[in-house]
Amino acid sequence: MWTSILIAVLVLLALAVVFGGLLGFAAERFRVEGNPLVDQIDSMLPQTQCGQCGFPGCRPYAESIANGDAINKCPPGGETTIKALADLLDVEPQPLDAEHGVEQAKRVAVIREDECIGCTKCIQACPVDAILGAAKHMHTVIESECTGCDLCVEPCPVDCIDMITVEPDIRSWTWTPPKSGVIATDRQGANA
Amino acid sequence: MTQLWDFSGGIHPAENKHQSTSRPITGAGLPEVLVLPLQQHIGEPAESCVAVGDRVLKGQKIADVTGGMGVPVHAPTSGTIESVSLQPVPHPSGMSDWCITLKPDGKDEWAPLNPITNYRDLDRETVLEQIRDAGISGMGGAGFPTNIKLRPPRDRKVNTLILNGAECEPYITADDMSMRENAVEIIAGLRIMAWILRPERVVFGIEDNKPEAISALRKAAEGTQTEIAVIPTKYPSGGEKQLIQILTGMEVPSGGIPADIGVMCQNVGTAIAVSAAIHRGEPLISRVTTVTGYAVTDPGNFEVLIGTPIDYLLAQAGQENSKLHRLVLGGPMMGYTLETPAVPVVKTTNCVIAATATELPDPAPEQPCIRCSMCAEACPMELLPQQLFWYSKAGEFDKAEHLNLFDCIECGACSYVCPSSIPLVQYYRAAKGEIRVQQAEQLKADRARERFEARQARLEREQQEKEQRRKERAKAAAEAQARKQAEAEKADAEGQPADDRAAKAALVQEALARKKAKGQQQAETKAETSETKAASEPAPDIDALEKQLAQATAKLNTMQSMLEDARAENADNVEKLERAVTKNHDRVKRAEEALAEARQSVAATDTQTTDS
Repeated sequence: MWTSILIAVLVLLALAVVFGGLLGFAAERFRVEGNPLVDQIDSMLPQTQCGQCGFPGCRPYAESIANGDAINKCPPGGETTIKALADLLDVEPQPLDAEHGVEQAKRVAVIREDECIGCTKCIQACPVDAILGAAKHMHTVIESECTGCDLCVEPCPVDCIDMITVEPDIRSWTWTPPKSGVIATDRQGANA
Repeated sequence: MTQLWDFSGGIHPAENKHQSTSRPITGAGLPEVLVLPLQQHIGEPAESCVAVGDRVLKGQKIADVTGGMGVPVHAPTSGTIESVSLQPVPHPSGMSDWCITLKPDGKDEWAPLNPITNYRDLDRETVLEQIRDAGISGMGGAGFPTNIKLRPPRDRKVNTLILNGAECEPYITADDMSMRENAVEIIAGLRIMAWILRPERVVFGIEDNKPEAISALRKAAEGTQTEIAVIPTKYPSGGEKQLIQILTGMEVPSGGIPADIGVMCQNVGTAIAVSAAIHRGEPLISRVTTVTGYAVTDPGNFEVLIGTPIDYLLAQAGQENSKLHRLVLGGPMMGYTLETPAVPVVKTTNCVIAATATELPDPAPEQPCIRCSMCAEACPMELLPQQLFWYSKAGEFDKAEHLNLFDCIECGACSYVCPSSIPLVQYYRAAKGEIRVQQAEQLKADRARERFEARQARLEREQQEKEQRRKERAKAAAEAQARKQAEAEKADAEGQPADDRAAKAALVQEALARKKAKGQQQAETKAETSETKAASEPAPDIDALEKQLAQATAKLNTMQSMLEDARAENADNVEKLERAVTKNHDRVKRAEEALAEARQSVAATDTQTTDS
């Protein structure tokens, strides 16, 4: 009888050792660096790096959200971002916090080039390196890379940077959904 | 007899083709101006290669695409370039795009042409290049550059070449009339394309409602290996994927192209253009367009120069303004309403319908979906239109995508059968557009993140390098100090006094004291300003205004100092700086005024409150 107990104990022990080893190996081998939730949140933020949320860039804000911060501090992302974040984190969507700014149409910075004195201050301010130029030479904004964050406007000593709202053109145009909201009988009534 | 398959769904709308087939194709003539959009194809817009005032000959290249996908644009007749400007173009948005305006001189003088007499002796690449240079893009609808389409990837051999003569959409008869009158040329173009692709099977798909065209083609195709497949009339059998299914029984995979299953479709008009480009060397400068509808007295097909304004074309067909209710470009199922007839005919314009109010009435008001599932029965792509509608309307785009929204060919069969007159296709188009916009934004955000992270890494690296250099310098300094000390000790030992070091230390002390005093002074002024601020802080807008003023003044100061520097150096940006300084003077003044005003108003309210 003792032998069977011993065998059972040994078998269980051996199993424990094997699975413990496996788990330990897996924990080392497939270790996830950082918090994956932060990456997910970060991918939903608009990456303007504008700092309107009060954090130095989108990733720090993503980290803060992962630690329980409010999700409504991102004006460039607006309602869409708040909704996506609410879905991800399973919380109630809140209206945008007006303290951090209001949602605006997409904008890009444009340097009035004949007024630029080439001070490089805007280049240093641009979080995504979208401004091109050298000291005492004219600077210009690479429009396709500009996130419209506004951060270059303040440092310019001669105020030659404008934030221009991007107008839809024939290539960016898309169909709009049909206008609804009036039910059929209403419209017939209006026509009569 | 060719074996035929059937596709699911489809509808049988009233054909309305007889109006425009009663007379042969006629030339539309030469309008006063021709407006040639730089983008008439999918891909990059062409760039103008002529200047305003240049005289160009018929068939001369006037715009080309140098980088990226696209085809050139040619002058449809001889004349002078009047302008390169933004003009309304045929587009559902009704927006403008860059166009070259050509004023014809009436001489219709050809530029030298170089036809290929025996293309079979040439390299396929040379022939494809000739097709590209002739500016040919698909003439059926989308306008995909033909030379690129005719060069499928190496691993995708085209086994079946299909020429699409189905023309299933009501009203349109441009292909029908071309096939009746130009069958020989169509077969010639088809043979060139077949020679390029070397398929095992060449099929001509044509609907059974075009008996004249069928007999003309049968005659023209005698002695060739082209099969003429007569298919039953059903909308949308002319859709690329549907026609492939009818003729081969195969389905194009979701998200794929016909070349994935070894099939390629080409349009009748494209075949004519290819034949003209190779056998006669003529670029694509005209096409056959149907002008029909009950608001024109003389409907029919016209051989139209590309760039001809639609209103000119309507006048040729005898437009009756009083009857005209809606102008539709393309067919009644897939076309769109034109807001102005002042747009030109482009390479993809196959039909213009000038409809009366009874012919194409305004859409009935949308009513709620009753889940009758007629749309699902009509859908030729076997999608779930009502689910797609539901998700598109609710903005749940990921769910719509999951139900293969992007496989929708926007044929309009679902909207046609909907008893609640829901404009389903418009919902799908809007949803597709929104999804594309979101995808583009996501891409841009990802790129911005990459750039931001790269910049952070660079800044950190620079910081580290700086630190490194600082450490090295400190080390060097310490060594130098040690050496000096050693020398001094040595000198001490030799009995020489080290007076100068004491003097230096005294100087340093003095400088420190000066700095401290200055700091105190600054702190005092700061305190003062904050006091004044505190005193006048009853309203938050004053605070903001003050901040603005302070900012403006600070900026003015920096600017002025920069200006002085620049003047001292005699730099070339003095003028710019002067301008900026005057501008900022104004700004400071404005800010001051605003502040004073605000203070006054606050004072007024204050007195009011005390009064009351």
